[in-house]
Amino acid sequence: MRLPLLALLARGPAHGYELKQDLEQLLGSAYPQPNVGQIYVTLGRLEKSGLIEGEDVAQSSRPNKKVYHLTDAGREALRAWFEEPEDEPRVRDEFFMKLALAPQTGLAEQISLINQQRRQYLNTMRQLSKLAAAEDRDNRIAHLLIEGAMLHLQADLDWLERCQEELEELE
Amino acid sequence: MSDDRPAPVLRAEGLMKTHHGEGAPARAVRGVDLCVRQGEFVAITGPSGAGKSTLLHLLGGLQRPDAGSIWLDGESTDTYGEARWAVERRKRIGIVFQFFNLVSNLSVADNVELPALLAGTSPKQARTEREALLAELGLTGKERSMPGELSGGEQQRVALARALVNHPPLLLADEPAGSLDSKGTREVMRLLSRFHQRGQTIVLVTHDARLASAADRVISFFDGRIADDAELDGGTTPPRRSGISGVLELKD
Repeated sequence: MRLPLLALLARGPAHGYELKQDLEQLLGSAYPQPNVGQIYVTLGRLEKSGLIEGEDVAQSSRPNKKVYHLTDAGREALRAWFEEPEDEPRVRDEFFMKLALAPQTGLAEQISLINQQRRQYLNTMRQLSKLAAAEDRDNRIAHLLIEGAMLHLQADLDWLERCQEELEELE
Repeated sequence: MSDDRPAPVLRAEGLMKTHHGEGAPARAVRGVDLCVRQGEFVAITGPSGAGKSTLLHLLGGLQRPDAGSIWLDGESTDTYGEARWAVERRKRIGIVFQFFNLVSNLSVADNVELPALLAGTSPKQARTEREALLAELGLTGKERSMPGELSGGEQQRVALARALVNHPPLLLADEPAGSLDSKGTREVMRLLSRFHQRGQTIVLVTHDARLASAADRVISFFDGRIADDAELDGGTTPPRRSGISGVLELKD
C-alpha cells in the first residue's frame, strides 16, 4: 500500500484517516476495506524512509493528529513507480502442481481436481457479479477493478477447459 | 412420482444426437440426463463444439433426439410432432437466440405481439402485455422502430420481450450475449437475473463465465456429456480465505 498512499499525498497533505476514506471512495466496496492500523503503520515506515514528513496538528478537544506531506524523495519514488511497467500476472501454479502430480499419487483424479477448481472460480465469479451489481454505478474505477478480476477468472476458466479437453482425450 | 414436490418443469433422460453433415458424423449429445425444477436458473457452459447448443435445441424441440426422452411439467413429449412443438414454444417455452432472430420487416411492437396473437390472446391484451414488457426492458418509444434500426443490445431486449410475452414457465437462452459487447452482456445478465428473481425458470447456454455466474446452478458440458453439475453458493456464504478478496487484493 506504500505507493498508493504516496499517490494520494501527491494531491496535498492529509492525515491517516483521510487517506483511508480517500482509498475507500476511490475503489468502492470492491476493494477489501483498508485497515486503518495498517495505514498508520505504512505511513510510519514511509516517514522513516524520508518519503513523507508528518507534522503534529493540535486539535481542540482531541489528541493531536499527524498531517503528512510528500517530500521531494517521495515525489521521485512516485515518478519511478509510474515509469515502470508491472510484471504480468502469474498462472496460479499450486493448482497446476496438483494437476500435474495427481496421477502418480493415486490419491486424486485430474478431472475431479478440475471440476473442484472450476466450482471455486465460478463461486468467486458469482460473488464478483453481486459486488458489481451492488457497487455505485458511477464509480468507474471500482467497476474496472471488478471487471479486471472477472476477466482474469474467465481466462482461468478457459484454461481449465483446455486442460479438461486435453486430459479427456488421453483417457 | 412418489416425490411430493411438483413435477420438474423440464426433465430429460438419455438424450442422444449425432449430426450427419459433411465428413465424419459428429456426436453432439451423448447421453444426457437433466432435471430442471420450477424457479431454477441453470447455466450450461463448455467450450464451443461441446454440443451445448444442440442440447438446448433438443430441449426446445427445435431438433429431435436420436434417442432419449423429454418431459415438460411431467408430460412426455415423445409423441410431439413439429406442430405441437411449435405450440409449446409459444406457450410453455420462450427462447432467445444469439442473433436475436427477430422478424426484420415487422416493427418492434409487432415482433412482440405476434406470438401473443398466435397463442390466441386478444389484440387488446397483447398490446397491454407488449407495452408492459417494453417499458420494463427500457424500450418505451421504440415500438415503431424496425429491428435493423436498433443496437444489438436493444434487439436482444426485444427478443426477450417476445420470448416472455406469453408468460412461458420455461425460458431457454442460447448464447444470448454471444454477439453483444460487454455493456450489452451486463444488460442481458441483469435482466435474466431480474426475471429469475421473480420466479422465471431459465436454462441458459453460454461460454461466458460471467454470464453463467448469474445462474444458481452451473452444468459443465464437455464432448456431448455433463462433466459437472454444481450449485453456486456465491454471495450466501462468506468467501473463504483467499476467494473474492484474494482476486481483488491490490498488493502491498
